[in-house]
Amino acid sequence: MSTIAARKESKTTAQAADEAPAETSAAASAGTTAARPATADRQATRGQVDITNVRKSFGATEVLKGVSLSVPPGGVAVIVGPSGSGKSTLLRTINHLEKVDGGYITIDGELVGYEVRGNKLHELREKDILKQRTNIGMVFQSFNLFPHLTALENVIEAPIVAQKRSKAEARKRGLELLDRVGLKDRADAYPRQLSGGQQQRVAIARALALDPKILLFDEPTSALDPELVNEVLDVIRELATSGTTLIVVTHEMGFARDVADTVVFMDDGLIVESGTPQDIFANPREERTRSFFSKVIEPAFNI
Amino acid sequence: MSAIAPPATADTAPPTPDYSEYKLVPARHPWRWVGTVVVAAGVAAIAWSLVTNPRWEWGVVAQWFTAQSVVNGLVETLKLTAISGVLGFVLGFILALMRLSASPLLVSVSWTFSWIFRSTPLLVQLLLWYNLGYLYEKISLGIPFTDVRFFEAQTTTLISQFAAAVLGLTLNQAAYSAEIIRGGILSVDQGQLEAASALGIPAWQRNTRIVLPQAMRAILPNAFNEIIGLVKGTSIVYVLAYSELFYTVQVIYNRTQQVLPLLLVATLWYVVITSVLSVFQYYIERHFSKGAVRNLPLTPLQKARKFFATHVAASPTKDAR
Repeated sequence: MSTIAARKESKTTAQAADEAPAETSAAASAGTTAARPATADRQATRGQVDITNVRKSFGATEVLKGVSLSVPPGGVAVIVGPSGSGKSTLLRTINHLEKVDGGYITIDGELVGYEVRGNKLHELREKDILKQRTNIGMVFQSFNLFPHLTALENVIEAPIVAQKRSKAEARKRGLELLDRVGLKDRADAYPRQLSGGQQQRVAIARALALDPKILLFDEPTSALDPELVNEVLDVIRELATSGTTLIVVTHEMGFARDVADTVVFMDDGLIVESGTPQDIFANPREERTRSFFSKVIEPAFNI
Repeated sequence: MSAIAPPATADTAPPTPDYSEYKLVPARHPWRWVGTVVVAAGVAAIAWSLVTNPRWEWGVVAQWFTAQSVVNGLVETLKLTAISGVLGFVLGFILALMRLSASPLLVSVSWTFSWIFRSTPLLVQLLLWYNLGYLYEKISLGIPFTDVRFFEAQTTTLISQFAAAVLGLTLNQAAYSAEIIRGGILSVDQGQLEAASALGIPAWQRNTRIVLPQAMRAILPNAFNEIIGLVKGTSIVYVLAYSELFYTVQVIYNRTQQVLPLLLVATLWYVVITSVLSVFQYYIERHFSKGAVRNLPLTPLQKARKFFATHVAASPTKDAR
């Protein structure tokens, strides 16, 4: 088990007890050694994610074998690892799209998908789960924009339907968000009239429309042509300085190095190791991490 | 002019002549013309015979086409189509949702319903409903296994010809439309539901605002097929001596012996209804194709307007250019 907290004070006592001393010191240095001045501006007070010993099986295959991870408010965690390692499944348990078989997840101390009654965790009613989800934006690999709605209509759908905001207010905010991702002039275009990169930027605006504490990105650039990857990464990069907690599953190692506070390497349903980008990319402790990076990072890449 | 320089091997290969001033001539398709002429001749021959053969008795057709009794029959046909069409699709929608639900009981009830009503001839269903009084003398509404009755009536008074017709057509229609709607819902990508649910959109709105509008594209062509089938399918309720369009013309030709002209009257009305429905279908499908095609094609009306705008309105200035 591996537990990482980029800021020492954010760790729960239960996790701290489990932690090896070496990891604690690595975590403590994360905030100071990260050479990104933008991180210092973050005034985040919400969006603490704590994943504790989460297990999940699909049939006979155990996809998550007891995963624990903490991300502090405003933190940026990037999860990397070979396909089939459980990265996406872990991400999907955070907004209860995937039910866990064991363990639990809290956001700002509130259990996700369950409530305590007596000494049992009872699954919440659909209504309450949906309400929790409005705090957690999600961006999918395949965009999943609603093709029958325009870009703006995609963005304002959830604020109107799930948060019961007025249409005028939602439109105003929607246009601001589209402006933020550089697509204000395409507000009336349908998804099929947009390029892949533009579609993913609309999807990010859609996730932001609920003012989430946390944003989950499930391989946001994997379905894009190489020349479109950067326009999406630039938007995520900008979000990383905004105080929203980001958890990103990606294969873009350069992006992970630039933006992450914490890089988490997963393999075979477990977190093999995690730490600052410098630690993970330059001095991986585990052989599995080293062999993975030697395959995915071209020789010229040097940190 | 081409900006590309001729290759360096110009002395070995002959230089390419400049064709830029040549006129382009499209390929000729002589057989297409032969085919067109043959088909045109065939169409002309059919039209000629329709006009000149006195046995079609167009005068009789015209005389009965708008006769009060025929129009009354037409109204009944439209009424049956509308009621059983709407009820059939509503029930079909419920059956489709049952079939897609997680409850094994709901799934099997829905499956059995479709199985029974799709495997029985509509004629049998209609006669069965009409003769329900033979099987069950009274129909009552109450609490099962007790003597409490809120309502009770003779089956024969309750199931009129109209009720039997609506019942038969509705249940039959529901069985088919359930499958059409289910197919439409299945055609929508699972990621759409996932995205909607990640955005906190409640289940009902996920279905009505996200899934159904997209499913409609797959549902509509089949649904209109069904409705058009239903329009003509209503003619089968003549077995209940219900005075819809087809039964009405039968009554008339039994009296006047003008069989073919009166069948033609009914046929022409069915053609009119189907044509109107086809226009509706075009525009409704167009509405739901928003976002599915990059650019919506022009409607016939828009095409006509564009044609007039470019050809008729612009023609005086054409010479000036």
